Formats: sequence, C-alpha cells, structure tokens
Amino acid sequence: MSLVDVTDLTVEFGSLRAVDGLSFRLERGAALALVGESGSGKSTVAGALLGLHHGTGARIGGSVHVVGTDVQRASDEELRRLRGGKAAMVFQDPLSSLDPYYAIGDQIAEVHRVHARVSRRAARARAVEVLDRVGIPDARRRSRSRPHEFSGGMRQRALIAMALACAPDLLIADEPTTALDVTVQAQILDLLHTLREETGMGLLLVTHDVGVAAESVDEVLVMRHGKAVEHGPVGTVLGAPAQAYTRELLGAVPRVDAPRGASRATDEVVLEATGLGRAFGRGKQQVVAVDDVALTIRRGETLGIVGESGSGKTTLGRMLVGLLEPTAGRISYEGSAHTGVNPAVQMVFQDPVSSLNPRRSVGESIADPLRARGEARGEVGGEGAEERIRERVRALLERVGLEGAHYDRYPHEFSGGQRQRVGIARALAADPRVIVCDEPVSALDVTTQAQVVALLGELQRELGLALVFVAHDLAVVRQVSDRVAVMRRGRIVESGPADEVYDSPRDPYTRRLLAAVPALDPEVAARRRAARRELAVA
Amino acid sequence: MNGFGGFVLRRAVGTVITLLAISVIIYVVFYATPGNVAQITCGPRCSPEQVRQVTEQLRLDDPLYLRYWHFLVGILVGRDYSTGTSLEHCAAPCLGLSYQSDQQVLDIILTKLPVSLSLVLGAMVLWLVLGVGTGVLSAWRRGRISERVLTAVTLAGTATPVFVIGLVLMIVVCGEFQLLPFPQYVPFTDDPEQWAWNLLLPWFSLALIEAAAFARLTRASMLETLAEDHIRTFRAYGVGERAIIRRHALRGALAPVIALNANNVGSAVGGAVLTETLFGLPGIGQELVHAVKVVDLPVVVGMVLVIGFFVVLANAVADVLYAVADRRVVLA
Amino acid sequence: MSETLVASRTPGTDTPVPGASGASRFWRRLRARPSALVAAAVVALLVLVALAAPLLTAVEGQDPTTYHPSLIDSARGGVPLGSFGGIGADHWLGVEPQTGRDLFARLVYGARVSLGVALAATALQVVLGVAIGVGAALGNRWVDQLLSRATDIIVAMPLMVMSLALLAIVPESFPRTVLVTFVIGLIGWGNIAKIVRAQTLTLKGLDYVSAARLSGWGRWRIARRELLPGLAAPVITYAALLVPSNISVEAALSFLGVGVKPPTPSWGQMLTAADVWYQAAPQYLLLPAGALFLTVLALTVLGDGVRTALDPRAASRLRVGTGRRREAKAGETAHSESDKPHKEGNA
Repeated sequence: MSLVDVTDLTVEFGSLRAVDGLSFRLERGAALALVGESGSGKSTVAGALLGLHHGTGARIGGSVHVVGTDVQRASDEELRRLRGGKAAMVFQDPLSSLDPYYAIGDQIAEVHRVHARVSRRAARARAVEVLDRVGIPDARRRSRSRPHEFSGGMRQRALIAMALACAPDLLIADEPTTALDVTVQAQILDLLHTLREETGMGLLLVTHDVGVAAESVDEVLVMRHGKAVEHGPVGTVLGAPAQAYTRELLGAVPRVDAPRGASRATDEVVLEATGLGRAFGRGKQQVVAVDDVALTIRRGETLGIVGESGSGKTTLGRMLVGLLEPTAGRISYEGSAHTGVNPAVQMVFQDPVSSLNPRRSVGESIADPLRARGEARGEVGGEGAEERIRERVRALLERVGLEGAHYDRYPHEFSGGQRQRVGIARALAADPRVIVCDEPVSALDVTTQAQVVALLGELQRELGLALVFVAHDLAVVRQVSDRVAVMRRGRIVESGPADEVYDSPRDPYTRRLLAAVPALDPEVAARRRAARRELAVA
Repeated sequence: MNGFGGFVLRRAVGTVITLLAISVIIYVVFYATPGNVAQITCGPRCSPEQVRQVTEQLRLDDPLYLRYWHFLVGILVGRDYSTGTSLEHCAAPCLGLSYQSDQQVLDIILTKLPVSLSLVLGAMVLWLVLGVGTGVLSAWRRGRISERVLTAVTLAGTATPVFVIGLVLMIVVCGEFQLLPFPQYVPFTDDPEQWAWNLLLPWFSLALIEAAAFARLTRASMLETLAEDHIRTFRAYGVGERAIIRRHALRGALAPVIALNANNVGSAVGGAVLTETLFGLPGIGQELVHAVKVVDLPVVVGMVLVIGFFVVLANAVADVLYAVADRRVVLA
Repeated sequence: MSETLVASRTPGTDTPVPGASGASRFWRRLRARPSALVAAAVVALLVLVALAAPLLTAVEGQDPTTYHPSLIDSARGGVPLGSFGGIGADHWLGVEPQTGRDLFARLVYGARVSLGVALAATALQVVLGVAIGVGAALGNRWVDQLLSRATDIIVAMPLMVMSLALLAIVPESFPRTVLVTFVIGLIGWGNIAKIVRAQTLTLKGLDYVSAARLSGWGRWRIARRELLPGLAAPVITYAALLVPSNISVEAALSFLGVGVKPPTPSWGQMLTAADVWYQAAPQYLLLPAGALFLTVLALTVLGDGVRTALDPRAASRLRVGTGRRREAKAGETAHSESDKPHKEGNA
C-alpha cells in the first residue's frame, strides 16, 4: 500500500474552494513536491494529510489515506497516533512554531512521550540524540536552550529533530526554508536529503520555489487554484513541461546563471557614496549596520546590492534616499554633497501592504510629490493646477500598466503586484533620476515578480533612470543588474560587473552564496550539493 | 543571566526615580494650592492673628523648594517639630504631623495599614482564583452555552461598581437574611477566624469586579495563545488538547495576567477606599476620606505617597515577574 | 527582514481583496452585533433623558430641589407617606425620605450630571492623551523620555486616590461639577497616551510614511495626513471604554461625599444617603443603583461592540504587557488595556 493515497480531495472554507478534486499517491521512501503560487491550495493539502482541518469548519471531500490511516474516518485517538508518530510535519516559521517558554529538548521529549511509552529520562535522551542527528553542535547542552536562543537555521533543525523523534514513515515539510537565508536554506535542504537517504522515510515537500523542489524531490505536482496542473518526475516536469502554466511558471523564474546582456550604462555619475556608515544604539550596545561603504551609481545603469538578512542592505538603501542619516561618510548627488530627502532620489518599497496609506486613494498617494512640489514653489492651487495634477497622475497610472480611472480607488482594492505598480508610479511622479528599489519583488509570486521586474526595466530604458536594486535573491539581482555589490555584515565584500561577479566570484562568501542557490535542473542540483559538501569540508 | 541581573538593576533604579518624581509632584501640587493652607488648617473662624501663628508654626512662609527639602530630609533621616510649646522628634521615614491631631502621619498610617492590607491581599487571592479560573474555563468551553453564560456574567461584573455590589451584598446578606453580621474589623492576631468571617463580604465586594476583568483578559489571552503557531505544532504532533491547554496555552496566557495584576493594585486601592468607607472598616482608605474632608494636608500627602509607593513597587515586582515568565522580554 | 515577508505571504496576495471602505465596514460589523445595538439604543435613550431633564420634570410638574415636608412622616423618622415611597401621579417614582424631594426629578438630573461629567472628562483625557502620546512618539529622545516617564507615573498613581486627594485642596467656592470633571480628566489620560504613543511609533515605521517624506512633505503635513487618521480607531475604541469608567469614578467620588455636592443631584450621592433607608424606602436605593448599573453596562457593551467593529483582530488580541515600551520600540501595534480602562473605572 502507498504511503500516501489521496483521491479526489476537496477542501472548502466557506465559499472558497481551496483544494478541488486533487488525487496523488506517494510510495514508501519517495519524495514529492507540491509546487504552486500563493492561493494554489498546496499548504491546505499538507494540513489535510494530518487531519488538521478537522473541527475548523472546513468541508472536506474525497479520501485521504496516510501510512495506513484513513484520515477522513479516523477517530481522535487514531489521528493522534498518526500525527507525529507515523507522519510528522515541519512548519514554515521555526520561531513561532516552537513554544517560547520551554527548552527545546523538553518539547521534543514531550512529543516523543506522546507516541512512545518511555520514561521521562529516556525521552530526554532521545531528544538529545535527534538534536545531535540534525547537526546541533553540543546537543546535550543546547537541548536546554529555549527557541529564542537559537538562530533561524538552528530552530529549523530543531523542528526537524522533533519530527525525527518518533521515527515517522513520512515527513511533511511546509515551506521549510522560506523564512531562511539562502546559505541556511541550502544546509537545511541538504540535511533533509541525507536524512531521507539514511532513514528511508517519504517526503512531501510544499513549496512556492521551483528551485527548492528541484533540489529535493523525485516527483513534482504543480498546483494552481486547488487543482493539479501537471504531475510527473522532477526532471520531466521541470525539463520538458507539457502544460502552458508550468512553462509560464518556469519562464518567470529568474536564473542565476543567465548572463545579463548589453548594458545601457553611461559614464555620468548621479549618486555617489563615500565612507558611508550607520550605527544604531550607543555605548556597548552599539551595532554597526553599515560600515565604510563606497558606491557610485551612473545614469541608465542598475546597481544590484545583494546580501542575506542582517547584511545592512536595507539600511544602506534608506541612507541613499535620505530616509536615514548616515553616522559616517557622505553622499553626493550630481557632484555636490547632499543630506536629507531629495525628490530626484526616490524609493520603491518592499511591502505592498504597508507602503500605501490604506485611508487615502492611490491617486492621492501618487499625487503627493506633485502637490508637495507645487506647494514648495508657492503655486496657488487653482482649478487648472488641480486638473493638471490629476491628468499627470492618470498618465502615470497608465504608464505602469494600470488604468487612469483607478485614481479614486483605495489600496485594498488592488492586488500585491498592482500595489507595487502604484508604488512605482508614485516614485515616478517626482521625476527622479535615481530609484532605489528595496526588495521590490520579494513579497510577490514569481509570475507577478517577472512582470514588475520587466516594468522597471522598461521605465529605465525609457527615462534613462539609474536604479539601485536591493534584494536577497541572487537570481533576481543578476537578472536586472549591470553591476553588483555583495554585502555581508555591513560591508561590501565584492563588487563589479554582474557577469564577472556571478561567473567568477573572487570572495569566498560570494562563492558560498552562489553555491547555495537552488538549481532548476535536478542533475545540476546534485552536483552543487556535492560541491557544497566540499566547500563545507574545506 | 547577566542580562537578567542588569534588567533587575535598571528596573530598581527606575523605581527609585519614579518615587522621587512622584513625591515632588505630589508635594508641589498639594502645597502650592490656590487656597490659603494656614486658613484652611486653622479653620474658618480663625482671626488673622491666629492664622499668622499657624503660618509661622508650620513654616508656611518658607519657599516651596525649601519646604520640600525639609520634607525629603524628614523622610530620609527624620526631623524635629515644634508643636508650640514642646519639641517633638519624628524618626526616619517621617511624613510629618497631622494638622488636626498633631499625631505623626506615619503612626496613623501604620495603625490603619493592617486593615487595608488584609482587605486588599485577601481580595486579590479571591479575584485571581475566580478570574483566572473563569477565564480559562470560558476559553476552553468556547462556543458552548456555558461560555456564553460566563461571558455575560463577567460583562455584567465589569459594569458593577464596587459600592453598588457592596451595598447590595450588605443589605441582602447582613440585613435581610442575616447570614453574616455587619462586618467589623477584628485583627488577625486576635482571632483569625473572626477576622476572615468579618472580611468575607468586603473581600467579595472588592474582588468581584476585578475578577470579572481578569476573567475577560484571561479568556482573550488564552484564545490568542491557542491560535498561535506553536500550539498548532503540538496539535500536529498528536499532543492531546488537555495537555496543550495545561502545558502550553496557560503558560503563555498568564504573562499578561501578571502584568494586569500589577496594574490593578492601583485600582484595587481605589476600590479599597470605597469598600472601607462602605463597610466602616478602619483602614487607610477611610482615614484618607476623612483627611480629605477636613483638609488635613500632611495626612493626605503622606497617604498618597505611601499608596504610590506600594503601587510603584508592585509594578516593579510585576515587571520582574513578567520577565521571569517571559525571558524574551529581557532580550528584546 | 526581507525574508520574513516572503514567509508571511498569505494566500491570494495577488487577488484584490474585495471590501468596502473603513466606515461602512465598521457599521456593517456593528450592526451584526445585536447586543451592541441594544446597548446603543439604551445609551441613546439615556442621553435623551439627560438632555430633556428640564422638559420631563416640567411635564411631571416637579423639580429636583424643592422640599416637600408634607409628604414625609416625621414621626417615623422621615419615611415618605403613601405606598411604595410615595409613588403617585404627582411623584412618578416617589419622594426622597426625610426631605420629600421628587425622586424622578433627582434621577433624571442625576443622569445629566453623570453623563455630562463623564463625557467632558473623557474628552479631556483624549485630548491630553493624544497630545502627550503623539508628542512622545514624534519628539526627540529627551522629549520621549520625559513624556513617557510622566505617563508611567500618572498610570501608576491610583486615579481614585488622586482625585480624592486633589478634591481636598481646591476651595469650596469652585463649581463642584466642573472640578470633578477636571480632576478626572487631568489624571486619567495615562493609558490613552501609552496607546497613542505605541500606535504612532508603529505608524511612523510604516513605509507609506517614509514615502510621504520622500514626496517632500514637511513633518506637520505628514503628521496630519498620514499619522493622525491612523490613530482614530484605537483612540475611539479606548474612549468608548473610558466613558463608563468615568461614570463609575464620578459616582464613587460623590458616594464618598467629595464629588458633586448637594443640592446638585448625583447618583453616587443618592446611594450614600439611601444606605440606611433600604427597608423603609427600597426604591430610594434601587433607583440610583439600577440607573448606574444600567448606564455603565450599556456603555461597556457598546464600547465592546465598537472595539470589535473597528478592529476585530485587535479585539481578540487584547494584550496588557509590562514590556510595553520595549514592544512599542520594536514597532508593535498598540496593544490596549482596553479590556480595563483606567482601573478605578470599575471601582
């Protein structure tokens, strides 16, 4: 009998059909990835395998068999035996998924004792054993730590250890690496791979990231709107997709190994930073977020700034636009020193939700720079001026692919991608020479991401803008950048033309970063994994 | 636990500064009043000559900062008072002399303190047990009839002022049915049993409204904790609902309850003033009301300071407890 | 940082969220709660009665201050003559023992005092709290330190005790109702200042405020256009719960004999006087007690409804924490002690 057998599964929350007639099987020891964009219903499927929707008001149809348990008909007692004992789940956000008040070892021991009749002491020993197994150094001592004393990657290891505690036949991992940095992600994926090789347990991986799937599984099921779009061996689905949507999805995924092509950069320097630094706090608690950074940004070029969380890239971006005062060094705009905000240097923000005031119409938000400028010049806002402003805003809305009639709509009426377009229109309204984009696409689905990136490229060509593209995603940065600066712990460790940095990285950190990026081709992924092992040993 | 020690130290320093600031504010507010203190103290029928005598005796002509300084010195090392003929020494934490009785304010407070402490501490035990118990129960029975009833009862409870519930209880229990005698304070040291019987009604009156607030907070806090991701983790690992509530939800839910309890010391003192007046218990509250009515400023200032001291102390202790319960606070 | 956002991606990010604007959503949610609607009706009735007090008593043909010695039995210590405390066509709810003053008139005029004092005091608390909270959040380090410390102190001081004490030092000649209003208003702004400060800090950290700065607007314009509207919801929520609590405080002060002074009628005062008459004239006790209970309950239920309707998420997320300032610095949302406005409220 199969490890997992799902037939015609339907899950409805109220009027929303999250999963619609889905069927698949997973054999013992095999690994399957459910891949899809947000709203595709992939996480709902994962929850349904453990009966987690029971009692939440969701209507569930079809049949689900997991490790010999009929989840639909199982009693509470049978469900409890299944959960954690036969099939264990690893969640997305490792910090919130662990109880902040108890030591990690105690939490693992508690779960173990639910499924195994062992003494407290034996359960605790088992906890240390599995923590050691997932690569927590000095596991006995660290098992007494609480979750907040662990780093993000360590916490995810601890969650995996909890899953291992009862030696389940199936591991369900719901976006296990989405909250992690790329180098940590690679470590966790490698860990999952080794554990699977050793224990022979099956793996069901839920992810939005095609690369993560390619790294980890044998089979892929692409989902959209709760339905299966395409299902097959990973090499076939990703290498020769049969369905249009799969092709679209794959086409939108930025490739870290695709060369950038011709640059339209000029020699005219618009923005320059020298010895730039920013420290937060005072005295002993002082943290230096950015340290001695020098940059030049030229008209018509895109400078990519890439780094992991805590590298200082966002702080740097905010200093460039004048939202944060540097504590060291200086910024000059077109050759003369400049402090504070400058209409010619604008920003596109990361979060499409918080970057627009929910209480004002998008048209009003876009009109802000126009009105502020009018006021600064002392223009009295007559009838004509108002009409000119509205006209200009409508033109801007149309330019970024929205409709002029959207002027009076409010942010909640727009999707994330559309809001990001509004943000771009607002930045353009100030007639900027430079736009700093701070993770402009990281909150978007991959297909939307591609559209927004394309829009930025078009605008740059058309208006001769200089773009600073701050992001953690190495592939996106390569896709858009002429030059790249790699940041780590507040400093730029390597910078140069994009193709040079990506194809022949000099700095060991850059090399490690690039080696950690998931590959879309499973064979390449296997080679990379081997290479990472060598890098780790070296 | 270096960080923890530092946290406690910072908190202690902050508490001392707060207390100093409170003493300045209270002193200035009360003694820099529009009314003529000497006239008020002496009484409306005093002649200008008598008023001048009082002014001299109380040194009301000194500038305010100097008087505050003497006051502070009195608290820290004690001071001497002339009561016209004799000189009286007022020892270290000296809060001054009553204008009315020339008694030391601290003595007045110390004789009344046991009554108020008995009332507030007893009521606190009651409201914590009742409130947290009801809150946990109604979170657990969510969506059932029992939860709806509990919610309605606690809502009505929060809307019943102490003196209304106290009055009704006293009339029904002591008056109509004579189940209990009208409360009369008996010191714990004299007869613990009588002490408890007599305080039973005041305890209930004071505790009911606080219990209702705690029940609401505990319920909300429990529901919030139950919706957190880590609860989902333990559900997904087959841990039973009872164990989840006992081990994981309650622990997280109680942190805000501890904080509320500290905040509520202030409100409980306010309630205690009403309860004491209502039941005729000779505590600080009753004395304060009396002092306010006869405008005995040193007593009012002294009592407000002592009450402030207890409230600020309770808040500081709760902060530390909160940090113990939730270590993330220290690190954040 | 960036990575966590990906993590928090909710299903359907790229489908527009249907929904109406804030105000109509608020009304829809409020209407969905029958208890809140009933409470609103009761509150409306109370306000109407308070406003129309002179009219109502004129219809009855009485006023709240005239003594009627002929209606009480001085031989039996001043018990009202007639059944049920002298209820009749002339005196709808009977008369006060000992004085013979009309109870209905005193009750409706008492409502005027209760609601008037509570509303005015709430307005004062809101104005002070918002000014100090916003000042602390937008001011520099020192301003923030100073205002936050002051807020901590005012929150720590028991409102009941402080108002009681303050009432001692003001000369008798000062109009009592105004004085009580000022005392409650001047002492009770602490929690609202805390909430406003935390919320302002949260808003200040939002990207749309940064975007407004990049647009070239000045501080004041940003504060007015981007920050203040965001404060409306938490402030209204908290203010709605302050009103019943202020009513309780006023009644308590009058009950203790230091609040509103006779002959101005007040529910708290009536309760003190009624204490000893509960057997001879039970309605003398039950009327003010009932009126007080009903008013506070209706306002509390309404406040609860308003809170749920304004922010269903925050309503289920009630938090009272001592780590407040730290959390606020970390940019968390305003958590409210809204379940209990300043404590004495309930005293």
